[in-house]
Amino acid sequence: MMNIVFAIIAAVTIAAAVAAMSLRNLVHCALALTVAFAGLAAAYLQLGAEFVGFTQLLVYVGAVAILVVFAILLTRGSEPQQSLVSSGWLAGGLVTIAVLGVLVYAIAKSSVVHRAAPAQPDVTVLQIGEALMNKFVLPLEVVGLLLTAALIGAVIIAMKEEGRK
Amino acid sequence: MPDDLDQIFVTLNHLIRDLFPEPWQKVVSAVISIAGIIGVFASLFAVTTVFERKGLGRIQNRYGPNRVGPCGFLQPAADGIKALIKEDLVPRAADKVIHFLAPLMVVIPAFLVYAVLPIGRNMVLTDFDAGVLFFFAIGAATELSVFMAGWSSRNKYSLLGAMRAIAQMISYEIPLILSTVTVIMIVGSLSTTKIVDAQAGFHSIGLPNWFVFTPWGFAGFVLFMIAATAETNRSPFDLPEGESEIIAGYYIEYSGFKFALFFLGEYMGLFAISGLGITLFLGGWHAPLAILEFVPSWMWFFAKLLVLIFGFIWIRGTLPRLRMDQLMNFAWKFMLPMALINIISAAVWHFMLPERAPWERWLVGIALLVGPYLLLGRGLMEGKKLEKRTYRFAE
Amino acid sequence: MLGEGILKGMAVTAKNFLGSYVSDERLTTIQYPEERQPLQEAVRQFPFLVFDGNDSMAGLRCVACQICEKECPPKCIYIEKSKDKKPDYIGKPQLYPATFDIDLSVCMSCQICVEVCPFDAIKMDTEFELSTSDRFGGLLVNKTQLAKSNQHYRKIHPTEADEVDGRLAAEKAKAEAKAKADAEAKAKAVAEAKAKAAAAAAPAVTPTATK
Repeated sequence: MMNIVFAIIAAVTIAAAVAAMSLRNLVHCALALTVAFAGLAAAYLQLGAEFVGFTQLLVYVGAVAILVVFAILLTRGSEPQQSLVSSGWLAGGLVTIAVLGVLVYAIAKSSVVHRAAPAQPDVTVLQIGEALMNKFVLPLEVVGLLLTAALIGAVIIAMKEEGRK
Repeated sequence: MPDDLDQIFVTLNHLIRDLFPEPWQKVVSAVISIAGIIGVFASLFAVTTVFERKGLGRIQNRYGPNRVGPCGFLQPAADGIKALIKEDLVPRAADKVIHFLAPLMVVIPAFLVYAVLPIGRNMVLTDFDAGVLFFFAIGAATELSVFMAGWSSRNKYSLLGAMRAIAQMISYEIPLILSTVTVIMIVGSLSTTKIVDAQAGFHSIGLPNWFVFTPWGFAGFVLFMIAATAETNRSPFDLPEGESEIIAGYYIEYSGFKFALFFLGEYMGLFAISGLGITLFLGGWHAPLAILEFVPSWMWFFAKLLVLIFGFIWIRGTLPRLRMDQLMNFAWKFMLPMALINIISAAVWHFMLPERAPWERWLVGIALLVGPYLLLGRGLMEGKKLEKRTYRFAE
Repeated sequence: MLGEGILKGMAVTAKNFLGSYVSDERLTTIQYPEERQPLQEAVRQFPFLVFDGNDSMAGLRCVACQICEKECPPKCIYIEKSKDKKPDYIGKPQLYPATFDIDLSVCMSCQICVEVCPFDAIKMDTEFELSTSDRFGGLLVNKTQLAKSNQHYRKIHPTEADEVDGRLAAEKAKAEAKAKADAEAKAKAVAEAKAKAAAAAAPAVTPTATK
């Protein structure tokens, strides 16, 4: 039963990712990418990671997708649609197949596949919170600093443009 | 007997569920609950449209709709039929797929979020461990649908309206979530049922244990409600849809049933966010006084919901529309600092234990909130001449 | 303080809302079509022809002078004179309109026809609920439909009707007095002529008797 669910989620995610690469219209690509994000969130939920799944939805679908869409609209929305396939498609295709072959061989040959899956820990949000505040507090603060720097940088860039005008 | 009435829907659900064989029972139970939720809240939507129009009418010295049905209460049926039989125009240059999907993407998240609202005792559809996070995550999908609606119409004004709407929704999402963080912090869990359970019981003086009766809870509730009004694009924050009257909002190119779906989605979002406000601050399905506990829990939930809806209608009838820059100023310069200070105030309240400092707690809590409120308020009103207008007539 | 104005505004709206259930001044809507607003006297809608007495055709005041037809700005009146004459309210034989059509869909209720009519024959009615489903001829009214009695005129415009009736009655009295004076003068003249004729005939018979 779980395998069927996972197969469906994986199929949807991969189809959305392929669509995000191959659609003509740029905004359609962005929306297909959003579907791929949602597929990932579904995969997290299927694995039982509630917090991560919902956070993925909140952050990626709710914020990153909108950011991508805004970026497209404010910069390239009026550009004519480009051709689907670039000129070096043969070389690119060969390299991709080679990399895929190497990866599949390596994963199949490794011991990870044969190891029994460990018992799924029942991770509650409380435990995540406690871990974040006790064991991982330094990475949390560093990430917070990084985000603050990004925010201030964005404000400064936007302000500077206004000043120039 | 009161317990029976309280659990009547649960009993009905079990009755129907037991008619089915064992492996189907979970699915059937879920389907029945879902059907119940959709049915109840969709009819609440219909009733709310009439109440709103009649209420606004009375506020504005006129009757509301009073021709269709007794006192106009069949008006939603007339509106529904009108929306269904109108021609569905899709502009020739519009992006057909996205144009079609946008109303669906408004309605589906709006209905999905009801899954975590506890409507009565034992009456929550799914008890996620991260229920509140689920609510906000699904609610964030609504913003994307606003953009889809605005962009797919290939109309510059529609796109502008959509951009403004998204900017408004993103700006107000932060105070919304920050004001719920205080509740989550105090309760220690993201699960809606646990939050409601934490508000059970009554104080010594008869006040219920709801969070709204604490200084930080009251401030949080006010912030939450203001942010909720902005999130659902309701007056006075209805610039995205009010602009339809002037130039174009993001659903100007929609007609007939798709338009009706947008309105359905908006009102469903309103009920859902009010429901979350009730769950977080107003004690969910708990009764306000100990002697009134015989009234079923779901009745209390809907009574509180109706009070909040009436509050929304009242505000809509009172306030003029906010301009875009006023809106943004308010969100970033007032509500965000207040929400952050609210978190500090809640933490201070939590650590000043009631046994050791009963009234100092209140003093510190109120002072911590009222001070910044006055200062920030003065900061907002600075530079604007807000006296009563005087006129000088030509001689 | 921030928010003070909002609370005051909410108090005002609450007062409005609750007051609309109790007092009339907060809810002044008139539920048309069950209730009608009382109209003022000088209201005007579309013209009608006045007739005196009971017979609508015989008492029609209009003498087909065609002044209103010529003065009407959108030219919505169409008159055809009759071939014979009939007596008017004074008794003088006058022409009458054989056809008198007004196209109400063209009429703009400017009242110029009323102002220029020398005979007080056409006045403004107050009826406005005239909608019909016949798009092309439904609002074309003819003489029979236009003729309404003086009683109707008195009812809809009492003071105007009083003034018109007074004026017409005065003119009628003047005409009658003149006619009576004429008749008396004529009778006197006839009697004098007869006396003169008698006196002229009598002296030939007895010229010496009077001496």
